[in-house]
Amino acid sequence: MIRTPLRPLARILTARAKGENPEAIERENLRLRHEVMRDRARTMAEGRLVFLALAFFMVFGVIGARMGLMAATVPEEPKSASPGAEILAQRADITDRNGRILATNMLTHALYVQTNDLVDPPRVARELARVFPELKEEDLLRRFTDGRSFLWVRKVLSPEQMQQVHEIGDPGLLFGPREMRLYPNGRLAAHVLGGSSFGAEGVSSAEVIGTAGIEKQMDARLRDPGQAGRPLSLSLDLTVQATVEEILGAGMTMMNAKGAAAVLMDVHTGEILALSSLPDFDPNNRPNGPVSGDPSDSPLFNRAVQGVYELGSTFKIFAASQALELGLVTVDTIIDAKTPLISGRFHIKEFRNHNYGMIPLWDVIAKSSNVGTARVALLIGGLRQQAFLKSMGFFEPTSVEIVEAAGAKPLVQKKWGDITTITTSYGHGLAASPMHLAAAYATIANGGVKVAPTLIHSDRHESGPRVLSEKVAKQAVWMLRKVVTEGTASYAEVPGYDVAGKTGTADKPRRDGKGYYKDKVVNTFASIFPADNPKYVLIVTLDEPVDTSGPEPRRTAGYTTVPIAAEIIRRTAPLLGLKPAVEPPAQDRITAVVSTRSGVAATGGN
Amino acid sequence: MLMRPFLYVLSFLAVIAAGFWAYRENYATQEALKEVGRLNTEIATLREGLALQRAEWAYLNRPDRLRELVVLNFDKLGLLPLAPEQLGDAKVVAYPRVAPPVLDGTVDTSETGGRPPAPTDGDFP
Repeated sequence: MIRTPLRPLARILTARAKGENPEAIERENLRLRHEVMRDRARTMAEGRLVFLALAFFMVFGVIGARMGLMAATVPEEPKSASPGAEILAQRADITDRNGRILATNMLTHALYVQTNDLVDPPRVARELARVFPELKEEDLLRRFTDGRSFLWVRKVLSPEQMQQVHEIGDPGLLFGPREMRLYPNGRLAAHVLGGSSFGAEGVSSAEVIGTAGIEKQMDARLRDPGQAGRPLSLSLDLTVQATVEEILGAGMTMMNAKGAAAVLMDVHTGEILALSSLPDFDPNNRPNGPVSGDPSDSPLFNRAVQGVYELGSTFKIFAASQALELGLVTVDTIIDAKTPLISGRFHIKEFRNHNYGMIPLWDVIAKSSNVGTARVALLIGGLRQQAFLKSMGFFEPTSVEIVEAAGAKPLVQKKWGDITTITTSYGHGLAASPMHLAAAYATIANGGVKVAPTLIHSDRHESGPRVLSEKVAKQAVWMLRKVVTEGTASYAEVPGYDVAGKTGTADKPRRDGKGYYKDKVVNTFASIFPADNPKYVLIVTLDEPVDTSGPEPRRTAGYTTVPIAAEIIRRTAPLLGLKPAVEPPAQDRITAVVSTRSGVAATGGN
Repeated sequence: MLMRPFLYVLSFLAVIAAGFWAYRENYATQEALKEVGRLNTEIATLREGLALQRAEWAYLNRPDRLRELVVLNFDKLGLLPLAPEQLGDAKVVAYPRVAPPVLDGTVDTSETGGRPPAPTDGDFP
């Protein structure tokens, strides 16, 4: 920029020559310069003002336009927005592992009355009482005329009932659509599914909420609209579950038991393929819980998960496995099983006062010797025994996804003296649920890795920590196989499948806390099959069974639960896709097997 | 300067055409939205029906009922529960014993005119 000089020499000289004041020229120039500066500043300020005004105008214009648009348009759902996968938002279905439906929804109607619109209340009350036998005419009439303007009559209606109500033809009778939870298989897997009921109810819809079992535990997942299209896939297998329930029911009747429970679990993933507790109920019409008496007498009581029992001799394998793991014994170590074993003021004896003498460890398990197991447990010591049982999960509730599981905490002795060590080794003084036992046996069966029992079917399962070495786990299964071939569970032989397992008989503790009942027992059989490559664990528990087929009543597990478990394995193993080890049929004069035939062909060729 | 009126007419026609197009699009969109709404309702109804059919299918196939039907129709169908005895191994399937051909050193050459017969696939080398 060219700066104009304030006193240009040429003009000054000219001015001096004319006798004018050169200061006037300087002032004039200064004034002009200031004018230019002022003009520039003004333009800049004006530009800023215009810019700000424009910005404000645009912002307010946008807001104003948006407000005008909102005020002017008709309120309606944005129809062009892409509809989600679920147009009809429902509670998600529950299916078994193969996609067969265990719980679904059905559209029905609820019946309500606007009493102000009723034309002839006495007639409506009479007609409704005729359609619904459980409603009383007097009650209805009283409710119609006691001043309220609105009342519910029925929560759900069948289409036939709805038609009959239509035929009454009173304008005060109105219907509201209802989505009803339906369990098409009735009592099947009732304890797993639990049940559901209506939560908040309105005229046009009502929310369905889970009240028990997996319906309650997974309520948030089932109600999530984002996942409503995807059914919740359980690990249960409908066919296997039905078979287990059928056999268990028949067995319970035959053995005159008060209740029964069975758990069938995959040993590698912890997925439960069948979970049954008898007596059961219909989740479509879930009965109310008991208000008095023993809760375990109610059909709602899930014996497999909630029932904590002393599981008896099934625990012996834990002491034996731990002793093997610690290297204290081998399977052939001779154990002193001479009776009685005296610990303090307690005398440990055998069932029916047997005396097995000196027998190897595997025979202690096969013969189910209390004294032998107690000696092994004393060798291990209470602290290590506690730690081991803790690692097997016997001190915590199981992780099964039904709401009742969290409440079933095993009962463990607070003071762990020598006598506790002894009794716990053969399954007394520690009460756990059959589900705990199934998880622990699965750990032995799968080669020593802890599994978390689960009811949710999934392709991925994280493996738990290693509790036993693979070698010891194999030896434990081998000993359990000995129980079946040479020991107390001889009825568990299933043709085609090698079953390994351990029986357990425990006296029931008296309700008043004074010792044990003489003739009330809990029988358990924990089994693993097939023994050479374990895939499944089956626990069968009977509550107060007695086998009266012989001359005297028998209450040991070998006579009550073992035959039931064997039948369950015989029927379910083929369904689970296990190939039986078939013996070749005996050769006769007209048939021969392939190997012989190829031999013949070879001979013919030469 | 003959271009100018021509351009005016052209742009006027373009405005009319655009207006016409916008008018049609507007109504077509509204129609499509109505159609979407109708289809959504239809889908919801069909889904509801489908859910009901699935529920009915599951109800009719419940194990209790199938078991009853098996018992009722036992004389016609003779269905029994799956048992291990029904499964087998291909290796143990019995074959009829084939007697090896008797080789006595004589060859039938009556059909080949005295020459030895040409070997066939079935013959041993």
